[in-house]
Amino acid sequence: MQKIEAIIQPGKLDAVKEALIEAGIEGITILEARGHGRQKGHTEFYRGREYSVDLLPKIKLETVVTDDLLEKAVNAIITAAQTGSIGDGKIFVTKIDDAIRIRNEDRGDLAL
Amino acid sequence: MRDLHKSLRACCLGRLLPLILLLAAFGMGVRANAQTPAPTATSTDARVAALEKANADLQTSVAAAQSAGDNGWMLVSAALVLMMSAPGLALFYGGLVRKKNILATMMQTFAMMAVITVLWALIGYSLAFGENTGHFGFFIGSFQNALLHGVGLVPDKVYVTTIPLQTFMIYQLMFAIITPALITGAFAERMKFSSMLVFMVLWAIVVYSPMAHMVWGKGGLLNAALGGRFPTLDFAGGTVVHVTSGVSAFVCCLYMGKRRGYPKEPMPPHSLVLSFIGAALLWVGWFGFNAGSALNASGLATSAFVATHFGAAAAAIGWTVAEWIKTGKPTALGAISGAVAGLVGITPAAGFVTPLSALWIGLITGVFCFFMVFIVKQKFGYDDSLDAFGVHGAGGTIGALLTGIFANSVINPILGAGKATGVLEGNAHQLLNQAVGVSIAWVLAIVGTLIILVVVDKTMGLRVSPEDEDTGLDLSQHGEEGYHAEPSY
Repeated sequence: MQKIEAIIQPGKLDAVKEALIEAGIEGITILEARGHGRQKGHTEFYRGREYSVDLLPKIKLETVVTDDLLEKAVNAIITAAQTGSIGDGKIFVTKIDDAIRIRNEDRGDLAL
Repeated sequence: MRDLHKSLRACCLGRLLPLILLLAAFGMGVRANAQTPAPTATSTDARVAALEKANADLQTSVAAAQSAGDNGWMLVSAALVLMMSAPGLALFYGGLVRKKNILATMMQTFAMMAVITVLWALIGYSLAFGENTGHFGFFIGSFQNALLHGVGLVPDKVYVTTIPLQTFMIYQLMFAIITPALITGAFAERMKFSSMLVFMVLWAIVVYSPMAHMVWGKGGLLNAALGGRFPTLDFAGGTVVHVTSGVSAFVCCLYMGKRRGYPKEPMPPHSLVLSFIGAALLWVGWFGFNAGSALNASGLATSAFVATHFGAAAAAIGWTVAEWIKTGKPTALGAISGAVAGLVGITPAAGFVTPLSALWIGLITGVFCFFMVFIVKQKFGYDDSLDAFGVHGAGGTIGALLTGIFANSVINPILGAGKATGVLEGNAHQLLNQAVGVSIAWVLAIVGTLIILVVVDKTMGLRVSPEDEDTGLDLSQHGEEGYHAEPSY
């Protein structure tokens, strides 16, 4: 089992969600997040005072997939979220030891 | 076609009116005859008497109809001006502060609606509008109308001839509420609630009431309508409301100092959406503020209404374009700030100027206030947090001076029929009178505010503790939060 954490542009959420469903991913979790990578931030003006906003709104998407679905899922996210410009986001993959469905205590791949 | 219709109607009315009168007189005459059969000479007398009575009745009905119209408009105006305080100003200011201070900021304005109202009933109204025949009658009213003594439901010979004096009283109260509320913008996010209450009560007595008396009260030094020594044109409160509050705001922010972390820490407005709604409500409410200041539903009210709207529109454009040129972007905050600045600038002038002059006044005020906020404030670094001085002090001052330039006797022959009113009409002296009025407002605001600040500071302290300021006034002063971090299920 692998956990995929993807930081994406908020405007790309719908496209990524659909791509993941198409790739056969059953469940995802979405977090509204703020942060920055190499993109840094931007500046805003309020009555002439300049504010640099370095934490930008992002979406953090989490899903845990079986090992065989991993590449398909990652590719789906990349295809849907990529614009080619700075600020597109990142994907992190980590190994998961176990998963348990609370309802009926299924374990491992069965619980996903 | 429309003209034809109009003249036809006028013609019919013109022909019908004597007929109606005659019929009425005839009816009464018949009745009089029936009661006391009399010789022909008396019958003529009776007819004349009946005619006179019919005429008097007609005049009474006309006066009643006018009073009904005027009073209807004035009550609506009073409600509109209250709407400017809350929700208008409360939302406008509330959106401009940080999240942790929104309730406290709105509460400061709301508190004025309660506290100043009670004060007004006790002595506030009397100190502003009570007749004072003593030595200081030029400066302040008296206790003659304390506890609203003598402020009843009939018109008054001095202030309002067609509406109940009580309507005038409640209308003026709404001005007394919003004026101190405007000051709160300068010390936002750092003043103790208790000290703010004491400060405002004293300010209403020491600064507002005298200024209102001088400009609008009978015997006031600056009163243009009731023979003041320096007739200052101030239709709806450019000096009384905006110069006094704006300059006092300036004194407050200098005396109390900056917010912790200003200007290093970013303190952007937490919700321009709220500010937007607030500014829009201010714009609408301002029709009551300015057009209502005609104190009747006449053509003068229309003139003030139109000038108000034109001034706001031109200033919104002026500020936004200036900003667009300077920073490259026309901001929403700039547009609403400009509109408010224009409304401030046109306040003393509405009711004196033509629609086109109103456009000029708005445009000039918009750009001037932009300059005060963008350039002057940044250069000197004072923390006029929500620009109470930059908009109301500066806008009120420039508006009052421009009133002296653009005032037109065709719109309002306040100095006498056919007499030149403003500089452009040939009365250069008016600018001097305006300058006197503005200067007195400045001096009164500076001296009065400074004394009150020192007194409150020495007795109860003005600022919250640094920890409380960091926590935010919502929690530290009121034990509440405007927005909950964790929603409850």
